Amino acid sequence: MPDPNPARKRELSLWRRFVNAGATTFAVGSAVLVLVPLIAIFVYLLLKGIGSLNWAFLTQTPKPPGEPGGGMANAIIGSGVILLIASMIGIPLGIGCGIYLAEYGRNRFGDFVRFTADVLNGVPSIVIGIVAYSIVVLQQRHFSAYSGGLALAIMMVPTVARATEQMLLMVPNTIREAALGLGIPKWRTTLSISLRTASAGVITGCMLAFARVAGETAPLLFTAFGNQFWNLNPNQPTAALPLQIFTYAISPFDEWHNQAWAGALILIVLIVGAVAAVRVVTARGMLKGAS
Amino acid sequence: MGVGIEVRELKAWYGKHLALKDIDMSIPPNHVTAVIGPSGCGKSTFVRCLNRMHETIPEAYAEGEVKVGNIEVYGDGTDPVDVRRKIGMVFQKPNPFPTMSIYDNVAAGLKLNGLRNRKQLDELVQRSLKLSALWDEVKDVLHKKSGASLSGGQQQRLCIARALAVEPEVLLMDEPASALDPISTSKIEELIFQLKQHYTVVIVTHNMQQAARVAEFTGFFLMGSLIEFDKTEKIFTTPADKRTEDYITGRFG
Repeated sequence: MPDPNPARKRELSLWRRFVNAGATTFAVGSAVLVLVPLIAIFVYLLLKGIGSLNWAFLTQTPKPPGEPGGGMANAIIGSGVILLIASMIGIPLGIGCGIYLAEYGRNRFGDFVRFTADVLNGVPSIVIGIVAYSIVVLQQRHFSAYSGGLALAIMMVPTVARATEQMLLMVPNTIREAALGLGIPKWRTTLSISLRTASAGVITGCMLAFARVAGETAPLLFTAFGNQFWNLNPNQPTAALPLQIFTYAISPFDEWHNQAWAGALILIVLIVGAVAAVRVVTARGMLKGAS
Repeated sequence: MGVGIEVRELKAWYGKHLALKDIDMSIPPNHVTAVIGPSGCGKSTFVRCLNRMHETIPEAYAEGEVKVGNIEVYGDGTDPVDVRRKIGMVFQKPNPFPTMSIYDNVAAGLKLNGLRNRKQLDELVQRSLKLSALWDEVKDVLHKKSGASLSGGQQQRLCIARALAVEPEVLLMDEPASALDPISTSKIEELIFQLKQHYTVVIVTHNMQQAARVAEFTGFFLMGSLIEFDKTEKIFTTPADKRTEDYITGRFG
């Protein structure tokens, strides 16, 4: 059959091509725009920080003000200790909460928990620092890595919980039925089948929460407090990279300013490294063709 | 060996909706029994009541008497988890555990119920995969490939192997071939034919030819009631009830 209106068709296709090109340009442009600040930050940090980066920076503790040299080794280790404590509290609690919300939380109480988690996600981090301060520091009458870890753990819980919930809800019900049909009890089904099936997404959620709190300064100001010396006792004031960067950045010494840049660079590299390491380790257990 | 199933006055609800009305049925051991009927007639609900999977749906419940061998399925103090271990189930859509290897899929029911002995696991996995006629196709990739990487027909045979591995006495199949192509379907049907030597098989199907091919007994459900239950041959040649005749001759459904 001949086309009743060939002119109109050509016009339409031209317009469509125009819209298509416009939409593609917009999408690609947005993606590039998002990448620009990210790359800019990293390049700037690299330029500013690399000069002060040396072996001493990674292995020594800070020198007294005015004295050259020294490093942030105690802050690197301190951040590791605080983040370990935070992850050990925040991740299991968050995953447990997410399991409850996804598998049992279709009720009023579940809605309440979901709402609370979302609100907690929006609470300024310094407020969470005050909470940890009043719960732990005021009781113990001294600063500690424990209190800093607790503050960061509180910040991790809502992110981990909501991510776990979302990922578990994406596991098809047919998978749960298959497990229950084999005579596997419900708790085992949830832990060994549903959670395992959702594990890739849950791990991503945990890493997101981890990366977010790893750079937090405010909640550590009056909990971990910082420390210019070596300390491996988590019950004592402990140095942390973000705190050290903050202290050095507001100091009047040029040398310290440069070290703050180097510290920021190390912080970003360590966070990216930790996230990548977890991905590599967990990907090793995955099978070919597994979705 | 398979065991018989005695169903007396079985009723099932979804919330307030009564989906099964007083079903009485005696399913003989070591035979294949087909359950047929139009969509929404309660045939799936019926088999899901036999291993208490029905009640896993929110607000769904059932009551009545179901005896599978020595097990009072709805008896006081009967744990549904124990019931499901004795009565295996294969679902409409193949549902292998996507993150597990082929081996782990088959071994899942055993491992998660506490069996740790490597040698025993190996033997049971091999036996089950051979029974489900999948062994030759997967024996070299047992640990390397995920269950989800198999074809649809292979996945369904994997699910059958998984159900058989826990050594049930009865195998329930809820439209096991409806999502498969004709070649995979004929493989499953062949398999069902083999399985009845060891198990009692109950299969839901809305494909009447399939019922005629695989089952010795057939029950016809309509609107939540069992209309007729007899030898398959009798149902398809000289049904006693007018409604059965209308259905199998294609006058409705």
